Amino acid sequence: MSLLELDNITKSFGAIHALSKVSLTIQPGEAVGLMGDNGAGKSTLMKIIAGNFMPSSGEIRIENKPVAFHKPIDARNAGIEIVYQDLALCDNLTAGANVFLGRELKRKFGPISMLDYPAMYKRAGELFAELKSETRPRDLVRQMSGGQRQAVAIARTRLSDPKLVLMDEPTAAISVRQVAEVLALIKRLKETGHAVVLVSHRMPDVFDVCDRVAVLRRGTKVADKPIKETSPEEVTGLIIGAIEAA
Amino acid sequence: MSNAAQPTAKPDERIKEISAFRKALIRPELGGIVGTVAVFTFFLLFAFDSGMFNSQGIMNWSVVSAQFMIIAVGACLLMIAGEFDLSVGSMIGFAGMMIAIFSVTYGLPVWLAIIMTFVLCVAIGGLNGWIVIRTGLPSFIVTLAFLFILRGFTIFLPQVIERKTIIGGINDVAEGDWLAPVFGGKILGNVFTWLGDAGLIATFERGTKQGQPVVDGIPMLIVWAIILIIFGHVLLTKTKFGNWIFAAGGDAEAARNSGVPVNRVKILMFMFTAFCATVFAVCQVMEFGSAGADRGLLKEFEAIIAVVIGGALLTGGYGSVLGAALGALIFGVVQQGLFFAGVESSLFRVFLGVILLGAVILNTYIRRIITGER
Repeated sequence: MSLLELDNITKSFGAIHALSKVSLTIQPGEAVGLMGDNGAGKSTLMKIIAGNFMPSSGEIRIENKPVAFHKPIDARNAGIEIVYQDLALCDNLTAGANVFLGRELKRKFGPISMLDYPAMYKRAGELFAELKSETRPRDLVRQMSGGQRQAVAIARTRLSDPKLVLMDEPTAAISVRQVAEVLALIKRLKETGHAVVLVSHRMPDVFDVCDRVAVLRRGTKVADKPIKETSPEEVTGLIIGAIEAA
Repeated sequence: MSNAAQPTAKPDERIKEISAFRKALIRPELGGIVGTVAVFTFFLLFAFDSGMFNSQGIMNWSVVSAQFMIIAVGACLLMIAGEFDLSVGSMIGFAGMMIAIFSVTYGLPVWLAIIMTFVLCVAIGGLNGWIVIRTGLPSFIVTLAFLFILRGFTIFLPQVIERKTIIGGINDVAEGDWLAPVFGGKILGNVFTWLGDAGLIATFERGTKQGQPVVDGIPMLIVWAIILIIFGHVLLTKTKFGNWIFAAGGDAEAARNSGVPVNRVKILMFMFTAFCATVFAVCQVMEFGSAGADRGLLKEFEAIIAVVIGGALLTGGYGSVLGAALGALIFGVVQQGLFFAGVESSLFRVFLGVILLGAVILNTYIRRIITGER
């Protein structure tokens, strides 16, 4: 049974067709690399899966059941977590508050439930340590470097036990050591039966951790094949259009 | 994770240690605290003998400050959520007029008039918020429209119905009502009688009130101010919803992506602001016994000024209810203190402008230390 099936997804913004008839299937425990040039539709596809956009046409099925995500929380409730390309963090909140935003830990005082800051900061600190990040939970995100922000965004997906983690350029702004940690995390997710979709421009990353690569060009899927049966050269050719399809 | 065993709690040598004292000092309310101390020092030095600090004088500026506090709490939470409400002043006039029309003109029981007015005004606040969310227009524009719309109705309705712009006689109809004293009454009267008998506060020396204390209780207005401040402060700093208010004002899109119901948060804050304005209006109507078409003029700006003096950021995502309360206290003390000090009343605006500017400069400096902005 497939974890996620996208069936002929089309998305138009006014006159622009961002995606036309894209189909993609993801199995549990599988990591799929999604590649393509700027404007190929990668982020649009991610945001459709994550519930930011409704597709103009086509169907999304999770474990064979059709679903319709009207807002991001719907997708999260269906077991999909996303690390956004633009990170989607609130600059004015602390790192810890950002990790728990929308699912804060609370303590009950009779009928009133208050935020449990110590527990949230403790858990956030553990998550950052797990990611080998020097992010301190009580610091404001505004003061943070790109790598620290990335750690906050990734730590957020570790709060629940999602079926599918979408990562939109998770290694774009971070150090060599942190890239290794993110890739190790993706491998661990796979081992524990989670599926990952990795959007990246970095060919080595995709070839390191992904089982399959799908290439988008100008809103259509031009290739979808196991990593073992392709090469960085072929994928590059597919991305820039030197190879029509594979 | 990889087996590169590394102590996770290794102190970073690049981080400067900040002393506990400095940490305690650098908070959003600091500007308000400094301003409050400065203002009180000033008036203790220059107006101590004027009666400003006897029991009547204290009650005088406390009531005025409490008025500002009530509307500042609403404006503060709304501003932190990233929105403005310029219709607060008109809402005060409108709410007062509706109570008068419902109770005096139509003869409804005062409690029913008060409840109907609350429902109506909070609904209008919700409408404000709904239009802002639905159209995506700046709340500045939408609520500016309601500033005119509500003020227009406040002048039009009594003229059509009663052929005048002030409706009086509310005290007569409120006699014996159970809800009216919740807004217009006083509490702790016994305590003040005792204080008067014990000679701790002044008593009337002659006339019909001879022997009674000059201050005969704490007005409910002040009680409301304290309740709203505590409610606002706890909501903002201790609850999930408060976290969402900050998130909605900081980055609405990021908050939405994290599953925060940003639209609901913002609309509820518009409704809360309207609620605060209505509390102000009901207290005022019960105190004066009348409703006038010009009540609440410029109150929206006074609320915003108090909030900004209190350290909140006009663009949202940053601020404190306690700071806003201190801003309101500064505002009230300066307004009444200048009167006690015998300063020409037109100079009040000069003082206010200077305080506003000084507070905002100080607050900007403090905020940069806290948030690390450049």
